[in-house]
Amino acid sequence: MSYAYYPGCSLESSSAAYDVSVRAVTQRLGIELKELDDWNCCGATEYFAQDKLTACSVIARNLALVEPRDSQLVAPCAACFLNLKKTDHLMADDPQLAGKINQALAAGGLSYQAGRVLVRHLLDVIYTDVGEESVRQQVVRPLTGLRVAPYYGCQIVRPYNGFDNSEHPTKLDELFGWLGAEVVNYPVKTHCCGGHMTQISEPQAYELIRRLLQSAADNGADVILCMCPMCQLNLDAYQRAVNNHFHAGFKIPIVFFTQMVGVAFGIEPSRLGIGKEIVPVEPVLRSKLQAASA
Amino acid sequence: MITMASDRRALTFQDDVIAETPDGERLRHCMQCGSCGGSCPNGPDMDHTPRALFALIAAGQRDKVLSSNTQWCCVSCYACTSRCPQSIPVTDVMYSLKRISLRAGLAGGTDAPALARTFTGLLDKYGRSFEFGLASRYYLFNKPLSMLKMGPLGLSMFTRGRMSLVPTRIRQLGQLQAIIQKARDLGGEA
Repeated sequence: MSYAYYPGCSLESSSAAYDVSVRAVTQRLGIELKELDDWNCCGATEYFAQDKLTACSVIARNLALVEPRDSQLVAPCAACFLNLKKTDHLMADDPQLAGKINQALAAGGLSYQAGRVLVRHLLDVIYTDVGEESVRQQVVRPLTGLRVAPYYGCQIVRPYNGFDNSEHPTKLDELFGWLGAEVVNYPVKTHCCGGHMTQISEPQAYELIRRLLQSAADNGADVILCMCPMCQLNLDAYQRAVNNHFHAGFKIPIVFFTQMVGVAFGIEPSRLGIGKEIVPVEPVLRSKLQAASA
Repeated sequence: MITMASDRRALTFQDDVIAETPDGERLRHCMQCGSCGGSCPNGPDMDHTPRALFALIAAGQRDKVLSSNTQWCCVSCYACTSRCPQSIPVTDVMYSLKRISLRAGLAGGTDAPALARTFTGLLDKYGRSFEFGLASRYYLFNKPLSMLKMGPLGLSMFTRGRMSLVPTRIRQLGQLQAIIQKARDLGGEA
């Protein structure tokens, strides 16, 4: 199994833990990820807010850079995944727009034909292409006793994902069932974390974060599993600010799902970026997983 | 529907919004059910819910719509888009309204445009996002007082190796910049 890989900017810095754990886990599962050479930023939501054609052209450069021998591109970040997939869709639906994007790409000696590259999310690749049996075979340290709250967020399951239900997705729940974890059912698993609202209007953002933490806590979650750098950043780095704002006492570690997959596979915590989170996950893992094996 | 620039004057504001939006024709099918506002995480903070905004668009209330904070409250979670029973691409309509309001100089009362401009300015310059540069520039020029509050958070990110103080540049920056320039020359509003 071989795929082109688009890490995205966050995975180079604020979400470096996602990148290292993605690489460690995929290596164990026999998934070959070939990083796209000289990829550029997808523009997040910020280019679409200003200029549609430039937004699409900047994104399409990445699709154009996928080598002819590769037909699938994996993006772990929700915003990157959505932008790459959305641009491919927009180009397929609107030949006139596709023509203009290709005129822009031609200025850089590139071109892209809609539909040539299939953009996939890593969860889909692990769930569908690797599958239950091969995942179970890698488990050496089942997550028995650990109560995980799978957090899907918004841009992976809506509106283009094609691999899970947008209202009630279950693939991440199922994956963690294979790993032996106790999966917490909580009603807000596809609610929005506020995205860039933490930078624009703090009280507005804090309320959205509070709802997520509250619901996970009310349902007894030990950790929240993220698939998106923005979700992880908002729930982890702003947890203290949310506590101050609401006089609350949340202390829930927020990790990337690949980090916990790696723990179940027996991969060293240091190779999974564990310790980079602001609310530490190590104490929870120690008490829950050792208690279960004792 | 393709319209010639010379025909524009005869068109309504709703036509402009539709022309700016992929699959925008669906906007004409809004039946005012309110699923969009009910699904929106930021609905309570909006001047007008998307449903109300769509009624204002249909009524030709251009300035009221373009100066609304509604579009700037949208963080692109697509809950409305995936739930709309009339398949209106609500999130894309919000993006269109952001762009039209910026072009009309009517976007106000929010720091969202400043964040967007700072973000894409760095993208244009380096080819990659630069989180430290984004945070420092954006807060310095738009919310200097918040910088003090952000200090401890920035420090904990830095000490955990989650914030780089120098930007990463892509190798073929000239190629990317040529693409961006050409996209702008082509009108920037396909």
